Amino acid sequence: MSLMTFGIQLLNAFQYAMVLFLVASGLTLVFGILGYINLAHGAFYMLGAYLAYWIVAKTGSFALAMIGGTAIAFVLGVILERTLVQRLYGRDHLMQVLLSFGLILVLDDARQILFGKDVHAVAPPSWLGGTIQLTDNLSYSVYRLAISAFCLAVAAAMFWVIARTRIGMMVRAGAENREMTRVLGIGFDRLNRYVFAAGIALAALGGIVIAPISTVFPGMGDGMLILSFVVVVLGGIGSVGGAALGALLVGITDTFGKVFFPSISSILVYLLMAAVLVWRPSGLLGRGEI
Amino acid sequence: MLDLARRTLLRARGLRKQFGGVTAVADVSLDVRMGEIHAVIGPNGAGKSTLINLLAGELYTTSGSIWLDDRDVTFWRPDRRARAGLGRAYQKTTLFPDFSVLENVRLAAQASGSSPLRVFGSARADAVLLGCARTAITKAGLGGREALLARALSHGEQRQLEIAMVLATEPHVVLLDEPLAGMGLSEARDIIALIASLKADRAILLVEHDMDAVFKLADRLTVMQDGRVIASGLPEEVRHQPAVRMAYLGNPQAFE
Amino acid sequence: MSFRAPSLAQTLFVVALFVALTLPLFASAYYLQFASKVLITGVLAMGLNLAVGQGGMVSLCHGAFFGVAGYILALATPGYDAAPLLATLPLAVLGSAGLAFLIGCFALRTRGVYFIMVTLAFGEMLFYLFHDSGIAGGSDGAFINARPDILIAGRQWLNLDKPLVFYCVMLALTAAVAGLLAMLVRSPFGHALAAVRDNERRARSLGFPIFRIRLSAFVISGGLAGLAGYFAAAQFGFVAPQMLSWHVSAAALVMVLIGGLRSVTGPLIGALVLTGLEEVLKAEFENWKLIEGLIVILLVIVLPGGLRQLGLLTTWAPRKEVAPASGAGRA
Repeated sequence: MSLMTFGIQLLNAFQYAMVLFLVASGLTLVFGILGYINLAHGAFYMLGAYLAYWIVAKTGSFALAMIGGTAIAFVLGVILERTLVQRLYGRDHLMQVLLSFGLILVLDDARQILFGKDVHAVAPPSWLGGTIQLTDNLSYSVYRLAISAFCLAVAAAMFWVIARTRIGMMVRAGAENREMTRVLGIGFDRLNRYVFAAGIALAALGGIVIAPISTVFPGMGDGMLILSFVVVVLGGIGSVGGAALGALLVGITDTFGKVFFPSISSILVYLLMAAVLVWRPSGLLGRGEI
Repeated sequence: MLDLARRTLLRARGLRKQFGGVTAVADVSLDVRMGEIHAVIGPNGAGKSTLINLLAGELYTTSGSIWLDDRDVTFWRPDRRARAGLGRAYQKTTLFPDFSVLENVRLAAQASGSSPLRVFGSARADAVLLGCARTAITKAGLGGREALLARALSHGEQRQLEIAMVLATEPHVVLLDEPLAGMGLSEARDIIALIASLKADRAILLVEHDMDAVFKLADRLTVMQDGRVIASGLPEEVRHQPAVRMAYLGNPQAFE
Repeated sequence: MSFRAPSLAQTLFVVALFVALTLPLFASAYYLQFASKVLITGVLAMGLNLAVGQGGMVSLCHGAFFGVAGYILALATPGYDAAPLLATLPLAVLGSAGLAFLIGCFALRTRGVYFIMVTLAFGEMLFYLFHDSGIAGGSDGAFINARPDILIAGRQWLNLDKPLVFYCVMLALTAAVAGLLAMLVRSPFGHALAAVRDNERRARSLGFPIFRIRLSAFVISGGLAGLAGYFAAAQFGFVAPQMLSWHVSAAALVMVLIGGLRSVTGPLIGALVLTGLEEVLKAEFENWKLIEGLIVILLVIVLPGGLRQLGLLTTWAPRKEVAPASGAGRA
């Protein structure tokens, strides 16, 4: 494999990892801070992609799709948290699993009613279309580079908010000791609501961003759900840094796995997870760390 | 009290436990002999909880060795040590809250019984286990309360239940982790009498803060501070050592 | 023994039992097949409940155990002939149990939510294995052209093609499974499992080998899921990777919820309710998934104790445990 090809695969792996991180960070935040396991996370990813398709089809603007889609997902998250999710904090995880399952059924059919069950393609925004010429024969999609840059920016923003702002402090406090903060009552109900909504919005944003380079199809949620769970397990629940590390590992394993071991590429990621679990049952960066 | 002839049932040598950069326990050695109560005291942060966890097997030692009777149990898991005759009562009451008192103790008896994981037969109707459980319950002073759910007991009664459960496993060595924590005067008196009655065929390691109880019960005393042993021996000798008084400076009730 | 008027729950139980036993007399082939399907999913749910309700292990990979057994039957069925049931059934059950052993060895190193996620991941791994590798048709699935039978000395002693026969076999098996589970639950092993569920730390310090106990329960539970999967494949005549999906596990969990975590036969009732509900919904509505989803959500919020909360289910034996019916107990 030539250096250029290797470089391109690396770029692909990185871009894939970035989107995985975006989605998985939402999942790990919701679990780390709210103690809530959200199996419907993949369904929101799918919903984001379908929203992107629909908004672009109606308005022609991808920017609108990004902003509008994320906003819709955020509002949906707020509503769901208020009506359903908040009743299950501290309850048996089984109940949370079942609620998520019910939500998936509802969201799947809702998507079918609203957008149908066809497979779609979404064009990337024209100013990001096209390719960059790397060598005489190889070029790389500008849009893919843009995705990586965008996700990096979001990641940086997240780290900054969590490490340096008051909201971030409350988030960290909540992660470390949920009971205590509830007793102290520092406006945690509202914080929980926004954290959940942010988690959902991150998943949807992942779907929106990936839509132009991947097909938008009904089953896309399940695949992403499992992968984001693997990322979270690898990195450690509640750890955004862990999600970044896990996403990189998964991205590299999957991309290079497809190149070198195509027949078993789809299960390589799980073997990686098994290996990490043998060594560190609580994930690479443990629990409660943000 | 002559203790030369009594067998040493629990022996710890050079125990050390490090958590990252923090040394919780450093070079701690002690013996507990059959028929004696060996108390371990020390100010908060002295490493007493870590010590008990090391002895019970819930934490692994960074270095050092632990012997039960003549067996090296340093790398044994807690359940294996329990089956070898080590019993432990927790500082924070650790029971099966949704089971009855009788069922809690019966389970304890089952764990150390002859076929704890048998798939045939009814566990609840096992006469042998039930008999053993009832004996332990009576000995712990909970006779008559068998049908109550563990969660419905008072704090003192829950401590009694813990001890009943430990008794039902018929241990040679018993680790008692602050059994009097949070108890009123009369409840404490009962527990102290109970602990005293236990030592006949067993070796008991008692970690406690209640100095009255310690001096009533202890045959030997070890004082810890900052993870180390600063004094060890007969209670009357230890209490007068200057290092020990220094450790307890600021706690005038401790030794007078 | 004094006679008290039976409660609503007890009456319903007797009625259900009566119907189950006399069904062959009056039901058409369609209903017999439906009843068999209920029993098959009931076995899956009851088996799952050993791990979830008694063991406190919320597993999302039981679909894999269910599906693998079906695939073993498919692979063992030669062309257009029937596979020998007496050889393939134990093979399938052992295959599923073996898989449960392998997965359990990894997954049971984790606790709580990690365990749920890990089982989800391993389940999906197996889904992709069958989907991508082309074993038995890959994503297209494979047909089982003839149902397994028992052929001894040239005579066919069991022919599963007749719905009546299939139903009777399933009924007998379901009763056997229920009996096995009831025995396990009341045994010392079952009590040890419950102790590990309720307070792992205390159970271990008493001397219970917790990993071994959990793994054993997980393996038995997986084997039972395999038993159900074998007959599901036999009935349907077709296997596809979807059998291994985590949605199968989740649906079984819903049945467990409906029927009650602390009950051996409750999940069977849950299977009846959910399967029946699905049939009705599918026939009436195009968007039946939406309605089913809403019902599941409603169940979780309003009826977490399942049908027992409504007084529609009961246990016959003296209460094995005095645990509250709300299914409390952290997974």
